[in-house]
Amino acid sequence: MTIPAPAADDPHSIAIDVEGLTKSFGDTVVVKNLTMQVRRGLIYGFLGPNGSGKTTTIRMLCGLLTPDSGRGTCLGYDIRTDAAEIKRHVGYMTQRFSLYQDLSVRENLEFVARVYGLPDPRAAAREAITRLGLEGRAEQLAGALSGGWKQRLALGACTLPDPQLLLLDEPTAGVDPKARREFWNEIHALAAQGLTVLVSTHYMDEAERCHEIAYIAYGDLLAQGTVSEVIAASHLTTWTVSGPNLVALAETLSKRDGITMVAPFGTSLHVSGPDRAKVDAVIAEFRTDPALTFEPAEPSLEDVFIDLMGRAQGGAAPARPS
Amino acid sequence: MSGTAPAPARRREPGRTRMFLRRIGAMLLKEVLQLRRDRVSLATMITIPLMQLLLFGYAINTQPRNLPTAVLLQENSDVGRSILRAMENTRYFTIVKQTRDEQEFDRLLQSGTVLFGVEIPANFERDLRRGDRPALLVAADATDPVGSGSALAALNTLTTTALRWDRAIPDTTSPPFEVRAHARYNPAAVSQLNIVPGLLGTILTLTMLIFTALAVTRETERGTMETLLAMPITPVEIMLGKIAPYVVIGFLQGSLIVGAGALLFAVPIFGNLALLAVLTTLFIATNLSVGYTFSTLAQNQLQAMQMAMMYFLPNLLLSGFLFPFAGMPQWAQWIGETLPLTHYLRIVRSIMLKGSTLADLRYDTLSLVVLMLVAMTIAVTRFRRTLD
Repeated sequence: MTIPAPAADDPHSIAIDVEGLTKSFGDTVVVKNLTMQVRRGLIYGFLGPNGSGKTTTIRMLCGLLTPDSGRGTCLGYDIRTDAAEIKRHVGYMTQRFSLYQDLSVRENLEFVARVYGLPDPRAAAREAITRLGLEGRAEQLAGALSGGWKQRLALGACTLPDPQLLLLDEPTAGVDPKARREFWNEIHALAAQGLTVLVSTHYMDEAERCHEIAYIAYGDLLAQGTVSEVIAASHLTTWTVSGPNLVALAETLSKRDGITMVAPFGTSLHVSGPDRAKVDAVIAEFRTDPALTFEPAEPSLEDVFIDLMGRAQGGAAPARPS
Repeated sequence: MSGTAPAPARRREPGRTRMFLRRIGAMLLKEVLQLRRDRVSLATMITIPLMQLLLFGYAINTQPRNLPTAVLLQENSDVGRSILRAMENTRYFTIVKQTRDEQEFDRLLQSGTVLFGVEIPANFERDLRRGDRPALLVAADATDPVGSGSALAALNTLTTTALRWDRAIPDTTSPPFEVRAHARYNPAAVSQLNIVPGLLGTILTLTMLIFTALAVTRETERGTMETLLAMPITPVEIMLGKIAPYVVIGFLQGSLIVGAGALLFAVPIFGNLALLAVLTTLFIATNLSVGYTFSTLAQNQLQAMQMAMMYFLPNLLLSGFLFPFAGMPQWAQWIGETLPLTHYLRIVRSIMLKGSTLADLRYDTLSLVVLMLVAMTIAVTRFRRTLD
């Protein structure tokens, strides 16, 4: 893998730069006026609830969908007019496994190498098989692989032509924790070599493994930055409560003014709200109960996202634990 | 339903039969709901029988009339003209060309422009008036025995009726002249000689259509299309790459049919085998392009198959394979001209049975090329370069 040649000396050079992207299907606006920038060499987490426009955005970035309005570049190529160039330098891993199930691992990789016009497809495939640790399975049909190996193969296939940008759409859905960890180690290794990675995910632990994250909900970009920046920007005040009878307590707390979110975490509750004074006032009231232990806490990324999601819908966050 | 379990003692269990019927009902309702959303299947159910009815009812004629006929005039006589008029009156023959040039006469038959050639020999009228019972020579293109059979039968009745009112003829009980019919190209009217070349075209149409009709829809259904679109490969490259292997398969299939036809049924190949191979390859490529076009139009594999079947039906009926092409009404012939099989059947029958050359077949060859290019153009423009 080589360091991307154009503007490699400039650490702040931008891999993805889009402005005002909008896309509708029929009457539904799926992506609304999205503006974002991703610096080269970063792992950029793309988060948001189901149906929030993540996949649509990724597809627009690699030229698979045409935006209704807005402009942007990917690796300096215009996403509207230079789709052919973008395809040459961007590796896209789809949400659903989309290599040929009835071809073997080796045949799939050789096919990809040939389509990209690599000089020696067989050698390239062999190399990728070694790199992915798939030696024993090279002749196995892709359809017969387990979820973790499929995902590995898919990543191998999209890094094979030596792209400068990887777009990964929920790459770890349905994959076990060990395979997920190995996958993320691989992504970090690729980023260290200068690759830019945009990865969409639902997992909070994965979000925290990203250099920067963006949160998109129902087409709107709600938060952007490093994990700590996003948490700080939320202005959320959070307390943890432990003690007996937490279910009843959660019910009571969630009805109080100023508390937007009460969520159980193991044996404790996370109680949050956007207005520190109001939250503290409510907590002060319940603190008198000697059976309960209250501690101020840093809101978790999940707290922040649930809060953002609630605001995006225009109402209070779903406060009650289900 | 609430979470509490119903008390089994108090609730009356519906009978076994009731439950049996109820479950069948549930399944039935589900099928109807799904079928209602599958518009193409519904359309197929209505279109196929309707198309069959219309084609069999209006287009197909096993006793074809108005067959194109050329006349070679070795003499110009009243009797000859009367006979020709009588031939036209049977409505089996339409005289499209009268000539005095024997070579042109042969060429018209060879190229398939006419199916019958009538030769009025020199001294026909003189011999007739003398009561010598001269012969009217009729050459029939028997590459399609069904087409020529009933017309030939009609000619024989003509001998007694055509000159009934001509007083200058000696009144005898036997007909004043005879018809000497000669079936060219397939003189024994062996049906295999006609069926084997026809089958070659029909089988190639069906298999080639099925191979490629699924080509694109399969990728879309399995989700591999998204990967393919994200890679630097163009629609034309995808199409040509997908079609190419089947050209070879089709060619092998064609060789098998021709080989078996020659070995088992002694079907001759009078023409140039290389020409047959080249034009067969062209025909295969045309069919593959048509199939590929269906696969870019269809939403899923089932639809693609249904489209292929709906397309195959008129091919079978209107191409001249089962029923004589010349016997169809004009509109049906026009439809037939848009089908690759029509042109290929003419090509393959002509090469195998008549020994025709490329010059004889230039119209049908050109038609195949045009149809192929049209199909390819539709396929490439219809191919969704994006997921929009």
